Amino acid sequence: MNMLKKRHPSSFIIELALILVALIFLVPFYFLFVNSVKTFGDLLTNSASWPSTFEWSNYSRAWTITRFPEAFTNSLLVTVISNALLAIFSAMAAYQMVRRDIKLNRILFSLYVAAMVIPFQSIMIPLVKVTSKIGFSDSIPGLIVCYLGFGIPLSVFLFHGFMKSIPLEIEEAATVDGSNVYGVFVRIVLPLLKPIFVTVIILNTLWIWNDYLLPSLILQSPELRTIPIATFAFFGQYTKQWDLALPALVLGILPIIVFFLSMQKYIVEGITAGAVKG
Amino acid sequence: MNRTKGSRLLQQMIFVGPSAFFFILILIVPFLLGIYYSFTNWNGVGSSHIDVVGLDNYKQIFFDDPKFKTAFWFTAKFTLLGVILTNLIGFVLGYLLTKPLKTRNVLRTIFFMPNVIGGLLLGFIWQFIFIKGFASIGEATNFKFFSLPWLGTENTAFWGIVIVFIWQTAGYLMIIYISSFNNVPKDILEAAEIDGANRWQLLMNIIIPLVMPAITVCLFLAISWSFKMFDLNLSLTKGGPFGSTESVAMNIYTEAFANNRMGLGSAKAMIFFIVVAVITSVQVKVTKSKEVEA
Repeated sequence: MNMLKKRHPSSFIIELALILVALIFLVPFYFLFVNSVKTFGDLLTNSASWPSTFEWSNYSRAWTITRFPEAFTNSLLVTVISNALLAIFSAMAAYQMVRRDIKLNRILFSLYVAAMVIPFQSIMIPLVKVTSKIGFSDSIPGLIVCYLGFGIPLSVFLFHGFMKSIPLEIEEAATVDGSNVYGVFVRIVLPLLKPIFVTVIILNTLWIWNDYLLPSLILQSPELRTIPIATFAFFGQYTKQWDLALPALVLGILPIIVFFLSMQKYIVEGITAGAVKG
Repeated sequence: MNRTKGSRLLQQMIFVGPSAFFFILILIVPFLLGIYYSFTNWNGVGSSHIDVVGLDNYKQIFFDDPKFKTAFWFTAKFTLLGVILTNLIGFVLGYLLTKPLKTRNVLRTIFFMPNVIGGLLLGFIWQFIFIKGFASIGEATNFKFFSLPWLGTENTAFWGIVIVFIWQTAGYLMIIYISSFNNVPKDILEAAEIDGANRWQLLMNIIIPLVMPAITVCLFLAISWSFKMFDLNLSLTKGGPFGSTESVAMNIYTEAFANNRMGLGSAKAMIFFIVVAVITSVQVKVTKSKEVEA
């Protein structure tokens, strides 16, 4: 009752307007899902209507032609391994940089900050050359190494900002107890870094999972394709075959939508914490 | 003494070494090579045919490359509109969604959801909406707006990309604005209300100055996203019709990997880098100077 009284009379109108806008935001998803189960003829006659029959076989065809299980596995592999290595290497670097404030570390850190404004497209041409020279092209490990390089600046920056808020006393107590620096890092510091680990992993996951340009330059073999690459290749072959293309798109977005809906709380926190000013 | 020095060096290598190694290999080396290539006529076929040509590439870009000019103006126009509109919408949505509404959490989820989908897939989804979906809505409602050939003319294709870009990114900025609105101290707002400030005055004189750090971040993000837009551009219009919606990022890509003019592409990439770096640093500096403490 109290809550209701407190609500401003205009709240209702604002809410109604926002719901309307939200429906507009959802319209593309409606078109995508509804038409993904229509026959081609049905889809051409009226794309706004509810399907007259549900043609689930569209999905099994798209599943096979895009080699979805393979693309999904590749995407998962690249995202998980890159994330794990990025997080651990960046945490280590940030720890050392904060605790040993020597000139070299300060220079390196300002290089990381400066590198954050370099657009990917500015270095992609020589990057292709470098990766092929060292035998990294057309391989998943090679792609992961590239993600490490591109992800390091922001990840170190985020860990660095968080590290500064951790009091030195806790570590000193552990050192007195006889732990060496590596023991202190693993047993004391890593657990304290948990919140920022979540942020770094969320931001890197959204980036790596959806990235198209870098893998398209590094990978050539069809069996190495990630989901965005597989979708692009598929569209090149089946232009305007919407009864195949739409279920392929639904399959492509489903994993990340499920990830988002189940991890929503962490994603929102991660984005907020990641939005520190540079 | 020597032992501790050695172990300190080892410690530095172990902690900082791996990240520095990958950073130098993947970012610094290509960046320096890119500067070098931008002064050469490298055509991508092996390294034997690289000649240093001085400023020729840059001269060609500035004086004899109408396509790059088109791409540049397209990107500038797109960035200006994209940055203003996404921030405006993100700000308003965020502002309204800090009010005690019943459907608040569901609405936040819906507005943010498009952002988790990558630009490439989004572009393909919207290709269908513009081509088939809008046509059906147009037939059903007779609104001329929906019957336009959206991806077929220069003007509508431009707005098409802007619409999808807003749909994709406004929710992300909304999240940042929401957390910033929540950090505005309640007692300051109450004090101002007691002093007789109306809602507009509260917004302009108290809320906006206090959420300035969020505005700094959101402008920075929106500028770099729209400047670097590539995936969405590729899957929605492929630069068409007639190259009118080709972004600078796509122009560089085509020059290097379709026309095989790596030297020229590298010069464009350097110009692109300088423009992005200058604009974002000026923006951060200007908006940061407007930040105040509560």
